[in-house]
Amino acid sequence: MGEIAVKVDNLSKLYRIGTVLGGPADSIYYRTLRETIADKVSSPFQRLSKARNKSGVSNAGDYRTAQEDNKRTIWALRDVSFELKKGQVLGVIGRNGAGKSTLLKILSRVTEPTQGTAEIHGRVGSLLEVGTGFHPELTGRENIYLNGAILGMKRTEIERKFDEIVAFAEVEKFIDTPVKRYSSGMYLRLAFAVAAHLEPEILVVDEVLAVGDAEFQRKCLGKMSSVAEQGRTVLFVSHNMSAIIRLTEESIVLDKGRLVLRAPSANAVDQYMSSGFSQIGERVWAGDEIPPKSAPFQPQKLRIVDSLGNTQDTIRSTRPFTIEMQYKLEAAITGLRVGLYLLTARGDLVLTSFDTDEPEKYDQYRVREPGSYLSRCTIPADLLNEGRYIIGVNASSYRIKRYFQDEYAMTFTVDGAGAPGTHWPESRQGMIRPRLNWQIEKVRGSGHEYAATSDVQSTPGHEALSE
Amino acid sequence: MTQTSLPSTPQEEIIYLRPSRGWAAVNLLDVWRYRELVYFLIWRDIKVRYKQTALGAAWAIIQPFFTMVVFTIFFGRLAGVPSDGVPYPIFSFAGLLPWGLFSKALSDAGRSMIANRSMITKVYFPRLVIPLASVLSGLVDFGIGFLVLIGMMLYYNFLPGSETQITPTSAILTLPVFVLLALVTALGVGLWLSALNVIYRDINYILPFLTQFWLFVTPIAYPSSIVPEQWRWLYAINPMTGVVEGFRWALLGVDTAPGPMLAVSSIIAVLLLVSGLFYFRRMERTFADMV
Repeated sequence: MGEIAVKVDNLSKLYRIGTVLGGPADSIYYRTLRETIADKVSSPFQRLSKARNKSGVSNAGDYRTAQEDNKRTIWALRDVSFELKKGQVLGVIGRNGAGKSTLLKILSRVTEPTQGTAEIHGRVGSLLEVGTGFHPELTGRENIYLNGAILGMKRTEIERKFDEIVAFAEVEKFIDTPVKRYSSGMYLRLAFAVAAHLEPEILVVDEVLAVGDAEFQRKCLGKMSSVAEQGRTVLFVSHNMSAIIRLTEESIVLDKGRLVLRAPSANAVDQYMSSGFSQIGERVWAGDEIPPKSAPFQPQKLRIVDSLGNTQDTIRSTRPFTIEMQYKLEAAITGLRVGLYLLTARGDLVLTSFDTDEPEKYDQYRVREPGSYLSRCTIPADLLNEGRYIIGVNASSYRIKRYFQDEYAMTFTVDGAGAPGTHWPESRQGMIRPRLNWQIEKVRGSGHEYAATSDVQSTPGHEALSE
Repeated sequence: MTQTSLPSTPQEEIIYLRPSRGWAAVNLLDVWRYRELVYFLIWRDIKVRYKQTALGAAWAIIQPFFTMVVFTIFFGRLAGVPSDGVPYPIFSFAGLLPWGLFSKALSDAGRSMIANRSMITKVYFPRLVIPLASVLSGLVDFGIGFLVLIGMMLYYNFLPGSETQITPTSAILTLPVFVLLALVTALGVGLWLSALNVIYRDINYILPFLTQFWLFVTPIAYPSSIVPEQWRWLYAINPMTGVVEGFRWALLGVDTAPGPMLAVSSIIAVLLLVSGLFYFRRMERTFADMV
């Protein structure tokens, strides 16, 4: 088992950003013939001005174009090298835009590296996104064949696994129904089932587990670990730190396109969670951290404010605190909602909340005019358990557009001093640690008669206690 | 859970990923390996094409048939365009049929990369599979239309009092050659356009204009014999000239075999295909980033 499965050597990928006319950030740019022709026509003049520059004539315009060129390219991946042995399961972690997806895209041959090489021993199967090529008009049965073929399965292979796929997806009854009539859960299950039954020597997985209900997620994780047990090589990207720790032994951490750490997964997760985030209870977005497509929404600052009005990295569980998001709108947005995700350090979601969750607020801010805004909310005292938490930010108009999202905007620590149960030194399980109104009663009489219980229920607690 | 053992391949395939530059060899072996995907994509196109339409596959007949009716009334009757001694309706239909195959293949192929962008940005497969499948999926409509042509030929043969007798000769056996020529031309141009479309969305606007323009420079409503003899070789630079003339010769026994014209058309078609393949291959590596 000492053989190499994947060998990556100084892999780099340069993306052009710039003239973005909408579309996802990684699709980068379209051009029209007119723009190309305009470029071709104006380039001789630029060359001319460069020549003039050399001869000592200053030219502010030329300096600006050089700077703009810099702005228009971005190294999504920079000099990444690692080796992966056969049968190893490697986690890939990093924040949004760290280069995880780019790495997987190169390894699954969707896109080419700009520099560097990679060597792959065996067939690669990718689960970059499930349901690729699903056609809504086709039935479940037809889509299994189509999707299987797209993922690179032979027809005989699909036929052999057909029943297993259908059983895994739990869609036996609807297998001859067009998938446009499926519920989103059924659709997802079928899509994952086809992909999961692909049997490549190397499997590349990107965040497919973030979907579906809890039951199905468990099933997916089970399938993933059985794949790993069969001695396949797996590269697994996820924001779910518990899944990373459970499924992988070793992980690499990517940051701004560079590989910063390779370590046993538990260590890598700890390192990743504690580094890279500012420890001052505040997150400021620099210009180059804001994707152009988020316009006209401009995130500025996110901070944690304690009950005394100070910005804090650590807050006490027994005190209320405020999460404050500062942003600018360059144009009016209709139906905007700015909200936050609260996650545990392991990546499990605690809650999601938006500033226009209350219908009255939503009506009041139906159209948000250009200008600077603060959206803040108070997290009540005695809610969170001790530990490190992550705040994610989302700004969107429901069903229209997601302007901005940063699932890992910042972290903060909750100190449990004085929280319920802290007089026992053991650590308390659970994401939240609310102070619940416990009542203890001594029940009258010796037995557990039904009459006594119903009597207690009808009387206020303290009466029974005062006895 | 079936415990499938890993295929223990003695000579395991090693893939090297590195940046490629300039012109690369066209990797047809890879396309051959993915032939089942070509088949499934064609099958998908056909399955989906007439879903939720009231008339269904009848659309494959309606379009060329009514174009023929209009051509017959305006060009055949009113303008008196000659038709090489064959009844005008069947003359124009024999031209419209391969034209329909070509124009559909061309516009589908030209848009195919954009239409399938979700696949291109998510999974690896030889990108050539996509325009290839869109060109080939037109063959079904062509087959349906062909039945109508056979029906028309029978009608004219058994029509009482009809002097024209269309008796197919052994030339009909060459028909697949002309179908192939139409497909090669459509794929050649389709490859250029689909690759260009990834970068320049202008192609979407050029396509309808291009097919309309091309229709007029192809001898569909009129015979190529109205072009002066000494200019016919130039006229045949449009490969569809060779296709349409060849079709009429093979089916209707019009004139003689279109020898020199066919030769010119074939050479141009092959040139288009080869250059298209190389250009497509050159652009292929950027598709996922640009589409």
